[in-house]
Amino acid sequence: MLLDVTRIEAFYGASQALFGVDLAVAEGEAVALMGRNGMGKTTTIRAICNLNPPRAGGVKIGGTDTKGKRPHHVAKLGIGLVPEGRRCFPNLTVHENLVAAARPGQWTLERVNELFPRLSERHAQMARSLSGGEQQMLAIGRALMTNPRLLILDEATEGLAPVIRQDIWKAIRRLKAEGLSILVVDKTLSELLPVADRCVILENGRSAWSGRPTDLTTELQDRYLGV
Amino acid sequence: MREIMIVTRENLINLILASLLLAVPFAADAFGQPFYITLATRIAILALAATGLNLALGLGGLVSFGHAAFFGIGGYVAGILAAHAFSGDPLVFGLPGSKQMWVIWIVALILSGLVGLAIGAISLRTSGVYFIMITLAFAQMVYYFAISWPAYGGEDGLSILVRNQFPGVNTMRPLTFFLICYVILLLALALFALIRASRFGTALQAARQNEVRVATVGIQPYRIRLTGFAISAAVTGLAGALFADLNRFVSPSMLSWHMSGELIVLIILGGTGRLFGPLAGAALYVIFEYALGGLTERWQFFLGLILLVVVLFARGGLLGLLAGKARHG
Repeated sequence: MLLDVTRIEAFYGASQALFGVDLAVAEGEAVALMGRNGMGKTTTIRAICNLNPPRAGGVKIGGTDTKGKRPHHVAKLGIGLVPEGRRCFPNLTVHENLVAAARPGQWTLERVNELFPRLSERHAQMARSLSGGEQQMLAIGRALMTNPRLLILDEATEGLAPVIRQDIWKAIRRLKAEGLSILVVDKTLSELLPVADRCVILENGRSAWSGRPTDLTTELQDRYLGV
Repeated sequence: MREIMIVTRENLINLILASLLLAVPFAADAFGQPFYITLATRIAILALAATGLNLALGLGGLVSFGHAAFFGIGGYVAGILAAHAFSGDPLVFGLPGSKQMWVIWIVALILSGLVGLAIGAISLRTSGVYFIMITLAFAQMVYYFAISWPAYGGEDGLSILVRNQFPGVNTMRPLTFFLICYVILLLALALFALIRASRFGTALQAARQNEVRVATVGIQPYRIRLTGFAISAAVTGLAGALFADLNRFVSPSMLSWHMSGELIVLIILGGTGRLFGPLAGAALYVIFEYALGGLTERWQFFLGLILLVVVLFARGGLLGLLAGKARHG
């Protein structure tokens, strides 16, 4: 397994947010992490990256235990995080955002520009002046430039215009086809399910259901994901 | 590198500032007014010291209130090496002192860089107000050490009897010494521009904007900042060595917290993080000091008012006012 999360528990101060989450992503697999708001999706991602280290359970990346590792070490183990809310470096240019964290590998500036041509058109522009969709492309591009083994997308298309969403999903499908492992959180099931090889649903900080997208019946959707 | 080459309004203003600083001493020399050459030299050296601080403060967002330590260490390197060269006593491990500026510069760069590394290694584990206070505390430690060290003058400081030498030129001639300082300032500005455009500089700025985001892309903010802080300290230390040679005198006042504050004020006056911010700030500061200081002993009261106006109404400093908002805000 590329990512192996076993029974992790995480806290915000004294209040417990995760009560035992299990999650695994194999090499080349795309896993959808699902659940209603507040069920622990972002907390799980933060725990994987050691931004909010789990107090119990374990996270292994490519067989390496992340316990006690600093976030930048976890990133170097091969995690490329696209955080919720399209977080770029606002006062750096598009080009600088991309090269700042670049590590050698198959993802280069040329390939990122080819994946998102809009970025190459705006390479000298400050990231803060980009539209929301362009900032999300930049956040994905920045993560790819670190040549990760696993790309984690938290709320991949939230708050974006439908046209832009299509572009982002197209890019995600292409990344998957190229064999990149992906862990993705999103609310648009119609786009998310066709991409995913497997789904993991969280409820109240626990893994509640895991299976293939085709097995995710309407009944299950209503039970775990309905509003 | 791209943006350095483009002719922008800011680059034009930078060029004017650099040319003015070069022109004034030549004019003063022609009219036989060496005092103005000294004034321009002072501007160049303070600008150099502030350019060092600008690396930490402007790019890295590290509000160091202890850069006087590095400035003073550079000054004492010049003073102590010269004193030993003059007396003939060996310094340490039987090594002699030196009257050669380039030797002094190298020692000042290395020593202040190493002290910067040590101070940074501890201070950078904190942030915000704690960082400001801990850098101040370290600088005060160096200050009191200098005061209580009688071998090198203690509170009275240390005189450099004859200005140190540079091969092939007469450094006692004010214009020559100015040109030496001017060239070093230009080199430091080039270094600043190179660092700002490099991957390292980009990461340093990214760490200022968001530490967590930098960590999630696999960059350790601490290491980047420590490197930036040490380079910053080394450049300010070099300025200290030149300052000692300008005044032919070193005293603990170079190490005092007033000096640290002065360097921060220079940067804010000129424009934080701007390439020529320190030069613009140093020019303003020295001109105020000279013009207002001639009118009243309490010129710093008026400087305070001006600083207040800059902070309230012209947050980009002089360069922000003239050249518009910084590209890197």
